[in-house]
Amino acid sequence: MIDSFWEEILDITLLSLKVSGTAVLIGALIGTPIGAVFGFRQFKGKRTLMRFVDVMLKSVINTFMGLPPVVVGLVVYLLLTQSGPLGWLGLLYTPTAMIITQLIMVVPIIIGVTMSAVGSVERAIRERALSLGATETQAAWLVLREARMGVLTSIIVAFGAAISEVGGIMIAGGNIRWWTRTLTTAIVTETELGNFTMALTLGAILLSMAFAINLVLTIVQLKGARR
Amino acid sequence: MPTVEVRNLYKEYSGRDILKDVDFSVKNGELFILVGPNGAGKTTLLRIVDLLEEPTSGMVLFDGQIVDYSSKKDMVALRRKMGMVFQRAILFNMSVFDNVAYPLKVRGEGERNINQKVKEVLELVQLNGFERKNALALSGGEGQRVAIAQALVTEPDLLLLDEPTANLDPKNVSIVEDTISHVNRERQTTIIMTTHNIFQAENLAHRLAFLNDGKIESIGTFQDVFEKPSKLVKSFAKLENVFYGISKITAEGTSAIDIGNGLQIEAAFKKNGTVRLHVPPEDIILSTQPLISSARNTFEGRIMQISDMGHVLKLKVKIAENKNFTVQITKRSFNEMQLSIGSKVYMVFKASSVQTS
Repeated sequence: MIDSFWEEILDITLLSLKVSGTAVLIGALIGTPIGAVFGFRQFKGKRTLMRFVDVMLKSVINTFMGLPPVVVGLVVYLLLTQSGPLGWLGLLYTPTAMIITQLIMVVPIIIGVTMSAVGSVERAIRERALSLGATETQAAWLVLREARMGVLTSIIVAFGAAISEVGGIMIAGGNIRWWTRTLTTAIVTETELGNFTMALTLGAILLSMAFAINLVLTIVQLKGARR
Repeated sequence: MPTVEVRNLYKEYSGRDILKDVDFSVKNGELFILVGPNGAGKTTLLRIVDLLEEPTSGMVLFDGQIVDYSSKKDMVALRRKMGMVFQRAILFNMSVFDNVAYPLKVRGEGERNINQKVKEVLELVQLNGFERKNALALSGGEGQRVAIAQALVTEPDLLLLDEPTANLDPKNVSIVEDTISHVNRERQTTIIMTTHNIFQAENLAHRLAFLNDGKIESIGTFQDVFEKPSKLVKSFAKLENVFYGISKITAEGTSAIDIGNGLQIEAAFKKNGTVRLHVPPEDIILSTQPLISSARNTFEGRIMQISDMGHVLKLKVKIAENKNFTVQITKRSFNEMQLSIGSKVYMVFKASSVQTS
């Protein structure tokens, strides 16, 4: 009895880490370069059209950064459901569906935070590097290096958002025991069933993870703020 | 490369002319200083020479060659013969060593060369021992010296310095000024530097140009420009509040300067003998009551003259026969203190505000 209790908790925790970890990893691979490119593009729009594009782009990214997870879950559900356009993939109610849902959520966060990190150092660092004899490429590398704290922050923030998210993976993953049940969705279920020991244990694990994430984030920011 | 020529240069930003028909040349090994008030276009001019900006019209020539802005390769090659120091140091979030090594690394220098050159240049700016510190953790003065080391480590033919001492304390100012003259003297590095400190210009420059509102008003040696200054050059604040006196180093390590009429000014520098000193009008605090403050110099005087400079006022305050100070004050404080010609006022300024040549 006790064994199966901890076994299930371990299974749930590992799945949560796997789903959110994979989503953030893929999200970083997609979001960091895009965020960097958008960051580099800032300040360069002198013409009205460029300014307009810049403003629209930022507004869209900011909107997507605050995307309600339930809405993402719903869209993913409608895409993957049997009669949906991607129904033939048979991915609904699988960890993959959950990863897709969280990926859609975290990519804008990573793009947005990376973009502002790169944008905030771009002009000054690029010019300084050029004046010291760097080529444009060498200067761009240095800008990325100087923005590294921001890039790291974006990844940690994204992971924090993903691991504590519930609505999206509930809809796309279906909260199936031993299969697609994560820390957050399990807490919902166990609470409804009155299994408060289980719910509280899972809650404690989630809380410790959130604390660990914020601890790292604070350390990173303190290190980065030594100017 | 070192001969720099700027020909009929114009620079326009959103419809405003920042530089208007600027024309000058700097010879090999020369230390050329651009003086002028803030907003005169000095920084823009330096940035154009450093190829960070393109002129709207006119041209820049290095050693007789017109700069070709369409060739990125040429631009990099030219920039690699120059070193630039911005007014506010922009340092990278890495160690002092890595900051100073960066210009060498982008040029593909070998590690042994890099170690040697960084070591030498850090000694020159008196930062040996700072190698492993993070550059962003340094004080303003130390940071500026790192920036100077970055510019000097490649032994550039042309060194561009934008107000390199503007925000530094006296100790750092003297280290930076010594470095500048050393490099110019020992390496024959051609230097173009901007400053709004006339004393610095007099001390360092072989030749200087007075830049005002985007135009060169006057160019030549210090004597040419400032001995018989035009009204415009005169109005450029720093010829105000100039006094001569006999300086004596005090027990506290400051200097007490007797400027005549029984008046004594205390200064943060250490000098004995005859000095010429200057107190920036914007550093003087005016009050209607005697102030109790940490500032070492307090004088009582009367307002003799009021001139309107736009958003600020300049007041002529007489503290003794033939001893007039110019004090800069905002219109608002002037009104709040209900001042007028003949008002009795107290002038206060710090010992560290007193400059000398």
